Amino acid sequence: MHALLFLLLLLFGSGILALCLQKSAKAASFVAAGGCIVSCLIGLVTVIRILATGDFPSFHAGWMVPYGSFSMEIDALSAFFLIPIFLLAALAALYGIGYLSAAAATPVSCRQDAGGTYLRKKKLGGVWFFYNLLVASMVMVVAARNAVLFLVVWEIMSLASFFLVTFEDEKEGVIEAGWTYLVATHVGTAILFVVFLLLGRYAGSLEFDRFMASSEDYSHIAGILFLMSVIGFGTKAGFMPFHIWLPEAHPAAPSHVSAVMSGVMVKTGLYGIIRIATFLGPLPAWWGVILVVIGVSSGILGVIFAMSQHDLKRLLAYHTIENIGIISLGLGLGMLGMSIHSISLCVLGFGGGLLHILNHAIFKGLLFLNAGAILHSAGTGQIDELGGLMKRMPWTGATFLIGSIAISGIPPFNGFISEFLIYVSALEGCVSLHAHFAFVCLGGICGLALIGGLAAACFSKAFGIIFLGEPRSEHGAEAHECGIAMRIPMIVLAFSCMALGLLLPFGMGFLSPVIGVITGFSQQELHLHFAAYSGTLNVLVVTGFAIFVIVGILAFIRSRILSNRTVSSSVTWDCGYAQPMPRMQYTASSFVQPFTSLFALILRTRITYSPPQGLFPQKSSFHTETPDRFREGLFRPLFEGINRGLSKLRWLQHGRIQLYVLYIALILFILLILKLW
Amino acid sequence: MTSFFDAIMVLLILTNLALLGTSRLRTCIHICALQGLLLGTLPLTTTIELISFRAFLLAGGGMVMKAIVFPRLLERTLQDTHVQREVEPFIGYSISLLAGIGLLGFSLWLGSRLPLPSMITSPLVIPVSFFMMMVGLLLIVSRKKALTQVLGYLVMENGIYAFGVAISPEAPFLVEMGMLLDAFVAVFIMGILMFHINREFDHIDTDRLSVLKD
Amino acid sequence: MNAAYLHLPVALIFAPALLSVINRIKALFAGRTGPPLLQPYYDLAKLLKKGAVYSRTTTWVFRMNPIIGLSAVLVALAFIPFAGSVAVLATKGDIFILAYVLGLARFFLIIAALDAGSSFEGMGASREAQFSALTEPAFLVGLAAVSRATGGLSLSEMYGALSFQTWMSIGPIVLLVAAAFLIVLLTENARIPVDDPNTHLELTMIHEVMVLDYSGPDLAMIFYASALKLWIFGSLLVGLVLPIHGANLWLDALAAYGGMVIMAVCVGVIESCMARLRLLRIPQLLVAASSLSILAFLLLLR
Repeated sequence: MHALLFLLLLLFGSGILALCLQKSAKAASFVAAGGCIVSCLIGLVTVIRILATGDFPSFHAGWMVPYGSFSMEIDALSAFFLIPIFLLAALAALYGIGYLSAAAATPVSCRQDAGGTYLRKKKLGGVWFFYNLLVASMVMVVAARNAVLFLVVWEIMSLASFFLVTFEDEKEGVIEAGWTYLVATHVGTAILFVVFLLLGRYAGSLEFDRFMASSEDYSHIAGILFLMSVIGFGTKAGFMPFHIWLPEAHPAAPSHVSAVMSGVMVKTGLYGIIRIATFLGPLPAWWGVILVVIGVSSGILGVIFAMSQHDLKRLLAYHTIENIGIISLGLGLGMLGMSIHSISLCVLGFGGGLLHILNHAIFKGLLFLNAGAILHSAGTGQIDELGGLMKRMPWTGATFLIGSIAISGIPPFNGFISEFLIYVSALEGCVSLHAHFAFVCLGGICGLALIGGLAAACFSKAFGIIFLGEPRSEHGAEAHECGIAMRIPMIVLAFSCMALGLLLPFGMGFLSPVIGVITGFSQQELHLHFAAYSGTLNVLVVTGFAIFVIVGILAFIRSRILSNRTVSSSVTWDCGYAQPMPRMQYTASSFVQPFTSLFALILRTRITYSPPQGLFPQKSSFHTETPDRFREGLFRPLFEGINRGLSKLRWLQHGRIQLYVLYIALILFILLILKLW
Repeated sequence: MTSFFDAIMVLLILTNLALLGTSRLRTCIHICALQGLLLGTLPLTTTIELISFRAFLLAGGGMVMKAIVFPRLLERTLQDTHVQREVEPFIGYSISLLAGIGLLGFSLWLGSRLPLPSMITSPLVIPVSFFMMMVGLLLIVSRKKALTQVLGYLVMENGIYAFGVAISPEAPFLVEMGMLLDAFVAVFIMGILMFHINREFDHIDTDRLSVLKD
Repeated sequence: MNAAYLHLPVALIFAPALLSVINRIKALFAGRTGPPLLQPYYDLAKLLKKGAVYSRTTTWVFRMNPIIGLSAVLVALAFIPFAGSVAVLATKGDIFILAYVLGLARFFLIIAALDAGSSFEGMGASREAQFSALTEPAFLVGLAAVSRATGGLSLSEMYGALSFQTWMSIGPIVLLVAAAFLIVLLTENARIPVDDPNTHLELTMIHEVMVLDYSGPDLAMIFYASALKLWIFGSLLVGLVLPIHGANLWLDALAAYGGMVIMAVCVGVIESCMARLRLLRIPQLLVAASSLSILAFLLLLR
C-alpha cells in the first residue's frame, strides 16, 4: 500500500512541477511524463506482486468530511483493473512527449475578445498536470472504499479528462465536444449520488464494507439500485444510448489522451457496475439478461455507426462503444450464470468479459496512438483523403494492422481469446439452459457473430483505405514516419497483442481470484472449472502457434520456388484502361456503401449529391454524413424541451447579487423549518 | 406420426416466412396456395382413429377452396388489373423476415404461457396458428398493394383454421364452413373492387388511395 | 490411430477434384464434354511452374495474403470431423475457432484486394466483407442449434452424436439447418446464386475479382485454398445430412466420401439450374439463411 500512496504522490507532485515549469515545454514534458512513467512502473510491479502473492493491502485514515474517510483497498478486482491503467498510462505518457512537442512547436491562432486573432504557442504544463491527475484519479477510483472518497475522485477524473479533451480548443467543435462530455458525465454522476445515498441510508454508513455486510437491508430496492447504477456508470462506460459524449470527446482530445480515455477510463464505469453488483447480494437472472441485451444492442449499433464514419478517431470512438458492448455481454452472461448457479457459464462469461477489458485497453490504446501518428504526420484523420501510408509509415502501418486484426477478434491475437471465452459461455448456455435463457444466450452468439463480421469489415476498410493503395490526396503523399518516442509505445502494444494472443490461455489462472471477488465462489471451485477448460485453452495456443508456423513454412517454400524464376513488377491490372489515377481507387465511403444502404433504417445517412449533367459534365459532388441518431433524435429534442421548460423560470434570474443571497437564505430557512418540524 | 405433423408445422412456418421475403405477387399467391394445401392435410393427420367422413369433407373442402379457388381468383384479378408484379413493401424484405422471426419467438412464448386442453396433438400447433395470424396482420400493415392485403386476410384465416383444427378437429365444422364462406366472399368482393378501382385510378396502391380522404 | 489423421491427407489431395466434379456436371447440363477430371491439378501444376508479377502499388500485405489464407484454411481443416471420427484438433467451442480462423483468411483477402488500389478489386472486397458478415450469424447459430440438439459442445461431439435416429426424431430441424448451411456453403465458396466463379471481368462478381492481380504460385495457393474451403463447408453439410457411422470404419468413410461427391453434384446442379441473384437480393438470401438457423433453434427450445 505504501508503494501505491507513494506513486500517487509522485504523480501529483510531478504534475505540479510540470505546471511550475511551463515556461519550457520540453522540461514540463520530461518531468511530468517521467513522473508518470516511473510511478506506473512501480504500480505495475506492485499490482503484479499483489496478484501473485494474494496478499491484498488496505489503508484507512480519517477525513473531516462527514461520512467520508480515506479507505482504500486493493483486492483482486481492483488489482486487475489497475494493470491496464498503469500499462496504458505509462505508454501513452511516453507517446505524449513526442505528440505534444509537435503541438507546442507550432503556434496556433487564437481569437481575442475584441475580435481578430493572435498567434500563441501552446503551454504544456496544464495538459501534463491534468494528465497525471487523470491517471492518479483513475487509480483512486478503483482503490477507493468509501462512497464520498469514490465520488470525489470520480469527479476529479471527469474534470481532469474534460480539461484534456478541450486542450486543442482552437479547433472547431472541440469546445462543444467538451461541453457534451461534461454534461453527460455529470448527469451520470448525479444518478450515482442517488445510488450511493440510498445505499448509505440503508447501511448506515458510506463505507463499502458496510454496504457489503448489509445487503439484506436493501434487497427490496436492489433492482432499482442496479438499474440506476447501470445508467449512471453506463454513461461513463458508453452504453447505447448514453454514449453520445464518446464520439464527440474522443476525436477532440489529443490522441494519447483518447487512448487512455477509451482504453481505461471508460472501463471504470464497468468497474463501478461490477462493484455495485457485489453489494447487492444474490443476483436475479434478469440483471444478467439486461446486461446481455445492452451488450448486444450497444455492440451492433456501435459497429454499424462506426462503419459509416469518415473520420478515423470517430470511427475508433464508435468501436469503443462496440467493445464495451462485448464486455457487457460477457459480464451479463456471467451474472446469468451466477444467478442460476451454472458455474461454467459464470466463469467463462466473467472470464471473457474481464479479459476483454484488458485486451481492449491494449488494442484500442494502440489504435488511438496509431491514429495520432497519422494525424501528426499526414495532418488529417479523414479516411478518404489518405491512402498508401504503408510505404511511408511502415511501423505505424504494421502496428495498426495488428491492432485491427486484434480488435476484429481474429486469431492469433488477443482479441480472439476473450471473445472466444464469451462465445463458449453463450454456447454452454444455449445447450444447457432453459428455454428463455437459452434464447438469450443464442442472442449473444448471434449478436457477437454479427459484431465480429462487421468489425472485421470496418477495420479492413480502415486499414485498407488508409495504408494501402495509392495516396488519395497530398495529405497522404506527404506523410512520414513518426519519431521514436511515439513509435516505441505502438510497438510495445502491438507486441503485447501478439504475446497475449499466444500466451494468455496459459495465464488464465490469474483471473480466478478476480472472479472469486465478484461471485464469491471459492478458489478451489474456480480452479476446478478452469482445469476443465485447460484442454480448450491448449488448443487455442496450438492454433495460434500453428498459424505462425505454417505461415513461416509456406513463406519459405514460396521464396524457394520463386528464387530462380522471374519476379517482375508492373502496374495494377487496369482492364486495358490506359490512364489509371489514384482518384479512381475505391474509397472508404464506397466500400461501406452496401452496409449503409443495408442499415439505412438505423443510420439515416444524409446524402448530398449533385450528379454529373450534360454531355460534358463539369462539376458534380457526392457527400454523405451520418450524425448520431441518439444525439439528433433523442437527446437534442429532450434538452431543447428542458430548455423551453426552464426558460419559463427566467423571471427568477435578475443578475442581482442581493436577490441571489435572498434565494439562498430562503432555501436555508425552509430546510431548517422542515428539519425542525 | 408426430414427426410428420411437426414437419407440416415447420413447412407452414416456412411458407409464412417465404411470404414475408418474397417480392413477386404471383409467387406470394402460389405460396398461399401451398399453405392452403398444407392446412388441408391437417384434419387428416390429427384424427388418430379412422379418418371420419366429416374430417375428410373438411380437409377436401378446405383444400379445394384454399389451394385452388382463392388462388385462381387472385390470379385472375392480377391478370385483369395489370398491376406491377412487385409487392412494394413499406418495410424491407430483410426486416420483414427478421420481424417474422421475432413474431415467431413471441408466439412460441405465448404458446408456452397459455393454459391448453391436454388433447392437443402437437405443442407446436398453437404457436404456429398464432404466428400465422400475426404474419397475416404484418402483411396487411406493411404492404402497399390491396392484393397483398387480401393475401394477409387469407393467411389470418388460415391461422384461425389451424387453431380450430388444433383445439378439436370435429366441433368447429360449421364455424369453419361459415368462415370459409366469409373469406370467399371477401376475396370475391375484393377482386371485383380492385378491378374497378384499377379501372378508375390505374393502380391499386392503397397508400395512394389515402388522398381520397378529403 | 485416430481416423482423422487418414482423412486429412485425403482432403488435401482430393479437394480440387470436387471442383472438377462441379465443372463436369455443369458441362453435362450444357451438353459439353467438359474438362478432364484432373484439370484442377493441371492448373495448379502450371501455376506453380510460373514466375510472379506484382503490382508496383502493392506492399507486403499483398504478398502475404496467399500464404496466410492457405495456412488459415489448413489450420481450419484440422477442426473438421469427417465420417464420425474425432477431428485432429477438437475441443469445446471449436466451432468459433473454425469460424474465426477462416475469418483471418478473409480479412487478409479483403485488405490484399484493397492493396492493389484498383476500383474493381475494392468493389469485390466491399461485397465480400458485406456478405461474409451476414453469413457468420447463419453459420454459428446453425451450429448452436446442432449443438443444442445433440448436447455436444465441439464439432466432433456434435457430428459424432448425429445419426439416422436424429432424422427420425427432429428431421425438420436438421433439414432447416442443412438448408442454412447450403446457403452458407454457396456464399462462402462464391458459387452461383451469390457469385459466379466463371466470370472474370464483370461488375457482378466478388471472389474472382479480388484475386485479379495474382499470378503464378500465389494464384495456385489461392486456388488450392478455395478448394480446401469448399471441402470444409462441404464436409460440415454432408456430415449433417448423411450421418452414417457406427457400422464399419471403412463403410463410414466410403459413405462420407460418396456424400462429398453428391454434394459437389448438387452444387453443380444448382449452378446449372439457377441464375445469379441480383446483388441487392443477396443480403436477403443471407438473412433468410440466418432466419432458418434461428427457426431451427427456436423449434428445439420446446
